[in-house]
Amino acid sequence: MSCEQYMIRQISLFSENKPGRLAAMAKACQEENVNILAFSIAEAEGFGVIRALVDKPDVAFKKLTSMGFNVAFTHVIAVEMKDEPGGLFEIASKLSEAGINIEYSYAFSGKNKAILILRVDQVEEAIRLLHSHKFTLIASESIQ
Amino acid sequence: MFWDEAIETIKPADLKILQEKRLRETVSRCANVGFYQKKFKEAGLRPSDIQTIEDLQKLPFTRKTDLRDGYPFGFLAVPLRDVVRIHTTSGTTGKPTVVGYTAGDINTWADLIARNLTMVGLTKDDVFQNMVNYGMFTGGLGFHYGAEKAGLTAVPSGTGNTKRQIEMIHDFGVTAIHCTPSYGLHLAEAAAEMKMDLSSLRVGIFGAEPWSEKTRNELQEKLGVEAFDSYGMSELYGPGVAFECSEHNGLHIWHDSYLVEIIDPKTGENLGPGERGELVVTPLTKEAMPLLRYRTGDITMIMEDECPCGRGPKLARFTGRSDDMLVIRGINVFPSQIEHVLLSIPEVGNHYMVYVDRVNHMDEMTIDVEVSRENFHGELADLKNVQNKVIKSLRDVLELRTTVHLVEPGTLPRFEGKAKRVVDRRGDD
Ligand SMILES: [Zn+2]
Repeated sequence: MSCEQYMIRQISLFSENKPGRLAAMAKACQEENVNILAFSIAEAEGFGVIRALVDKPDVAFKKLTSMGFNVAFTHVIAVEMKDEPGGLFEIASKLSEAGINIEYSYAFSGKNKAILILRVDQVEEAIRLLHSHKFTLIASESIQ
Repeated sequence: MFWDEAIETIKPADLKILQEKRLRETVSRCANVGFYQKKFKEAGLRPSDIQTIEDLQKLPFTRKTDLRDGYPFGFLAVPLRDVVRIHTTSGTTGKPTVVGYTAGDINTWADLIARNLTMVGLTKDDVFQNMVNYGMFTGGLGFHYGAEKAGLTAVPSGTGNTKRQIEMIHDFGVTAIHCTPSYGLHLAEAAAEMKMDLSSLRVGIFGAEPWSEKTRNELQEKLGVEAFDSYGMSELYGPGVAFECSEHNGLHIWHDSYLVEIIDPKTGENLGPGERGELVVTPLTKEAMPLLRYRTGDITMIMEDECPCGRGPKLARFTGRSDDMLVIRGINVFPSQIEHVLLSIPEVGNHYMVYVDRVNHMDEMTIDVEVSRENFHGELADLKNVQNKVIKSLRDVLELRTTVHLVEPGTLPRFEGKAKRVVDRRGDD
């Protein structure tokens, strides 16, 4: 199994906590016909990082950079999660048993399943581990 | 290498005797100047009351505005017929300040420049291109006379025509240049574009504007020179007042010719070695235009460590103007200190703004700084680390707690000319 195919490029935007930044980002994506599959915002004092999973990361990167946004790609993994109690625990416990640290995660509803997006400190190890435990990983080409 | 080893390495006890003798002479020359006559009278002082260095404290300060009020010849202590040259220094407003020189002054000044040039290792074997203005500005003729005195081959190229400047460096085998640091960088770029080889250069003297260690590295790398910092001002003859030696750790000021004090610019009180404040100078050899306790407005400190080269106490590299000084919770802060800290942290850019507010009767300083585009890797934790690093570095240098905002690159104001990066909002309410 190649881990590459399960590495999904998330775009991360540095943003000050001020009105309109998220709207500006969303509008730019709309203009470029980029679909935002999921996003989350992490805040610190006065600034934050907007994280977004989009279907056309290169188009989004180019557009947002040209608008002056500070953008970077971050590798995340996406895994199907049972939409029932214990669905998250199942995944999180496997990773923690293997000593893999989840830096952050967020979720969105896929066609008929919940999808968990994970940023972990050891991406390849996490992919192999989840794969060996028969979790369904989302290949990047299926969404991007 | 010394130009005048005896005087450059004079023992402190002998120096004090010489300084006091020259101080008395200076005070008696000042007695010919209307401004000082009036000041002495107001203070109930006779020139003979000033005998020792300690007596200096009895004297009033002289400010740049005083000189401007004396336009054109109010500060001359000799008749105009004994003045052999005039320079002017432009102020930001109104009339310039006029500086006169006797034949003795011109000679003394050239001698000081010769000390500096010799100190940085230049000799008769060097060809020296002086790329500064030769008009009313003191940098041209000042350096020129000193270079000739030290026996260098002087090339009085003046300013402008960069292409010709580069050709002369190349064709004449110029080994040393003097210019502003920004012109130095421009020269390097132009030479690279012209594909001209400037490898004959080995020494670069840069002055007339403050420059950073980062600029030093850039100048040294691009021009292939050893870069030396030069400090001076027309009121104190011109360039050559203080100069770096090859240690590149502070500037030697010539203590036999300039009596140095460092003061708190707000209170006027004297500060000790290692304490940063405004440089106040009493020139000890000036004839045509002697001055007492002249407030330079420039910020530095007397360095505590002795220099391995054997010369006297040094001044730290200059870090701005006293006019720019802020007092935050009783602590003196210079914007240049903030700039220096930010420049040393690659994760932030060099654009920043400083805001000072009074919140519940307490001064609060907030610094907005752009994150560096190249150093953003998408992680919030990294940004928090950068923010903490900036706060900590500022606290170490300023001994002050500050609030630091990281802002998006390209969002802070850009300035042409003099930047206004400090906004003091205390008293706005
Ligand atoms: Zn030295």
